[in-house]
Amino acid sequence: MNNDIPVFAEQRGDRLHSSVPQVVTAAKALAGQTGGKVIGLVVGATAGAADALDKTGVDQIVTVADASLANYNALRYRSALAGAISQLQPRVVLLPATFMGRDLAPRVAARLKLGCATDVIGLGIGGNGGLDVKRPVYNGKAFCHVTFPTGKTAIASVRPNTFPASTGPGGAPRSAIAFTASPGDDRATTREIAKTGGAVKDVTEADIIVSGGRAMKAEENFKIIYELAAELDAAVGASRAACDAGYQPHTRQVGLTGKTVTPKLYVACGVSGAIQHLAGMRGSKVIVAINTDPEAPMVKVADYAIIDDLFKVVPLLTQEVRKLKAH
Amino acid sequence: MKILVLIKQVPDSTTNVKIRPDGEDIDRAGVKMVVNPFDEFAIELAVQLREKRGDVASITALTAGPATAAEALRTALAIGADDAIHLQDAAFEKLDEIQTAAVIAAVVRGENYDLIVRGKQEIDLDSGQLGPALAEMLDIPHVGAATKLDMAADGKSLVANRRIEGADEIVEARLPALLTIEKGLVECRYPSLPNLMKAKKKPVRTITSGDVAGFAGIVGSVGGTEIHKFEPPPQRPPGKVLKGDASETVPQLVKLLREEAKAI
Ligand SMILES: Cc1cc2nc3c(=O)[nH]c(=O)nc-3n(C[C@H](O)[C@H](O)[C@H](O)COP(=O)(O)OP(=O)(O)OC[C@H]3O[C@@H](n4cnc5c(N)ncnc54)[C@H](O)[C@@H]3O)c2cc1C
Repeated sequence: MNNDIPVFAEQRGDRLHSSVPQVVTAAKALAGQTGGKVIGLVVGATAGAADALDKTGVDQIVTVADASLANYNALRYRSALAGAISQLQPRVVLLPATFMGRDLAPRVAARLKLGCATDVIGLGIGGNGGLDVKRPVYNGKAFCHVTFPTGKTAIASVRPNTFPASTGPGGAPRSAIAFTASPGDDRATTREIAKTGGAVKDVTEADIIVSGGRAMKAEENFKIIYELAAELDAAVGASRAACDAGYQPHTRQVGLTGKTVTPKLYVACGVSGAIQHLAGMRGSKVIVAINTDPEAPMVKVADYAIIDDLFKVVPLLTQEVRKLKAH
Repeated sequence: MKILVLIKQVPDSTTNVKIRPDGEDIDRAGVKMVVNPFDEFAIELAVQLREKRGDVASITALTAGPATAAEALRTALAIGADDAIHLQDAAFEKLDEIQTAAVIAAVVRGENYDLIVRGKQEIDLDSGQLGPALAEMLDIPHVGAATKLDMAADGKSLVANRRIEGADEIVEARLPALLTIEKGLVECRYPSLPNLMKAKKKPVRTITSGDVAGFAGIVGSVGGTEIHKFEPPPQRPPGKVLKGDASETVPQLVKLLREEAKAI
């Protein structure tokens, strides 16, 4: 085992996932402690994202490229990543805690019999020399530390939008690892990637989310939410009450039984902030509440709150943001 | 088709989480325990498969947990599982997810389940590792966080959607396979009182570490993470509440978001 920290540089269609440069930041800090290198590890049909990865300041780029890795496939990708880890023998492997990273990390850990922690928000090397990470539990109502045994590689996935993106001059040396699919990896295949939601961004891929609650009262009233979202280049979210009432599809539901999001800005319009809703968005960097009730829980957790009728505030806000952008 | 449903008993989502003075766990006194909501979807899915198809021979619920977790199994039996397996031993309680997956794999390997289902994550530790890890230990394909499922008529394969960034990944997998369930795939029913009564008569097999051949070797060779030092989340600094006419508060908000929070 060496002191290097490979980062799984998730790519889809040759595009580097936006959370990868953030994970590189976490890896660099950790490499400062272990004294190893940060290796960007690209898996796919081609190493299409390698150039973008090079600009994140990784020390080295390793690619595992094979036509059969064109789309994410839990079996093939675990074979590719586990194979690379066996070859590299690193101290720690980091993945982004994306849909892909969450799915892949435990499976790779199980294959290599390693320990794994998901969705971590802090990383360090503990007193015993093993990885020590911090992660949210109970839907963000508490944090805990997870410590790893020494003497074997540790695997962790890092929560998006926790660390700033890393940049670097580029020019990292590149090498390739051959891919050997395990027999039986064709027992699952990705048939298709079907776009959902049309032109509108999904809440899990947006830096800003504008959310509407029961107070929207009707599907057509969400028009003002969409207008604000368009101005902010944001995704539209909704509370369960709004989804259950049919104002928005359940794919937009944020919360315990909806999606967990950690955007840079979350604007909650007429959402009371029930504990199950907070569970899905309390990790947001900045929270804005627009609510008529100063006692609403969302107002209590918000960084900024406007106590007023959303039907008055939201259109004005759209105008103000538009003015700002015109400058 | 033999179906195995993995469930976990967790604190109710409305629990006011308090941390024990030694920081090694949350304070569990008086905490209401429920079936992990995502695992409820898993049970429901299994029961719906039986209702829709003629080939579901059995549905078994399995949990690893203390004696009180029997309640969660009873809920699963009342919703429609036929029998249950309870891994119950103090030696199981400190295992991490990878170790737990290895133990469950050792217990169920010979049973040849065609389909294993579980929620996409547990709402206590939020880790989501057990499903994919168990699939790996059993060397079967898995589809994580499925939102839609079509089982082939011949029961030999499935097609499942999983939600990714702005799209659905549509995955075909041959059985035996493991699925983890995202909200939206099924609507849960509540167990009826007569069914809760009937559930009491359904068989529950208890398994201790002594029943798992080679237990020490199994858990000693995999995983090995430990959880320590629970802490409350950092207090957010008190927010700014803007009151007054919208013609004033809205420009004020935009200015704060731009200059103070640097969020837009
Ligand atoms: C097991 C379980 C899981 C759940 N999962 C989720 C989940 O994933 N996501 C989720 O969101 N909920 C979830 N819930 C439901 C949750 O408990 C709440 O019922 C729900 O979040 C409430 O939605 P809301 O805030 O839109 O509605 P309400 O609670 O009715 O709040 C409406 C808010 O709008 C304000 N308001 C009214 N009129 C105006 C106006 N004109 N201008 C401005 N403000 C106005 C009111 O003051 C109020 O604060 C779950 C519940 C359970 C039991």
